[in-house]
Amino acid sequence: MLFNMFITFFKVGAFTIGGGYAMIPIIQREIVEKKKWIEEDEFLDAIAVSQGSPGPVAVNLSILVGYRLKGLKGALTCCLGTILPSFLIILLIATVFFQFRNNPIVERVFIGIRPAVVALIASAVYQLAKKSKFDYNKYIISIAALLILVFFNISPIYLILIGGIGSILYYKGKDKSSKD
Amino acid sequence: MSSLIKLFLSFFKIGLFSFGGGYAMLPLIKKEIIEVHGWLTNAEFIDIIAISEMTPGPIAINSATFLGYRISGILGSVVSTIAVVLPSFIIMSLIFHFVNKFKDSPYSDWFFRGIRPIVLGLIASAAVSVAMDAFVDIKSVLITLGIFYIVTFKRLNLIIAIIIAGIMGVIFY
Repeated sequence: MLFNMFITFFKVGAFTIGGGYAMIPIIQREIVEKKKWIEEDEFLDAIAVSQGSPGPVAVNLSILVGYRLKGLKGALTCCLGTILPSFLIILLIATVFFQFRNNPIVERVFIGIRPAVVALIASAVYQLAKKSKFDYNKYIISIAALLILVFFNISPIYLILIGGIGSILYYKGKDKSSKD
Repeated sequence: MSSLIKLFLSFFKIGLFSFGGGYAMLPLIKKEIIEVHGWLTNAEFIDIIAISEMTPGPIAINSATFLGYRISGILGSVVSTIAVVLPSFIIMSLIFHFVNKFKDSPYSDWFFRGIRPIVLGLIASAAVSVAMDAFVDIKSVLITLGIFYIVTFKRLNLIIAIIIAGIMGVIFY
């Protein structure tokens, strides 16, 4: 069973390009539909927890599924299966990349690719903003966070902590006043 | 040895505070790897993002492996990859064992409501900081606009978009 779990997550890790979110439907197909290791409801809960926690969502999800199936051993197995393909492929590329990086043609390729990276990130911002359905105040918080990060030398860690803790205080206050 | 410990601590921090997927962790990686430790140049960092995007797996794992290798060879890549995953492992273990308590608590819901707008700001700031190095002339701005349009509105595959941009780089420069 452990070996089977390892192979399944290794396959997921090896064949999903485009980041952690692209892995979710593929994990679902393998684990819920084909292998029937977990019920659909339980899987959806696991996705919610994985998205809400820090760290790569696909890694979080594989750890939770692993725990559910075979405890700590299962969690280690599934986690290793998910990250090993990325690790091996990147190691292979990295060994080659730093030898060719100063080749003039490779340099020109990357001068063209860098603006595309801007476009990909901007596109993610656009789609997230569209999906998020934030109210006016939340967009102001987003813009403030953006400006602070661009113009001041502040670690993003502080912004996340301030945002999270501030929000807890705000909603707790609201909760209290609505009960009074 | 001490550089491996620094590498471990940096990526542990990155793993622990990366909410909201791969792009949201870019400002934190930049802060730790470029600004605090000076381990990479901005251009190298952007190239690594592009390569991470084109290869399978989560961007966090890819960039940790790549940066670790760049900084301390194979041992570095092992250390940084383990470090970036370890917080996930610890947190998922806690959640698995105490899951009911988490579900009943409104605090985690309130916490995440607060950080969602911050995460959007973080990702936008990643776009701005990459742009500062990627925009070398008007041609590079045009590449950004063109790729943004076909990726966002024509739903073009990201890998094909990056390949097209690379070809434009060879033609234009």
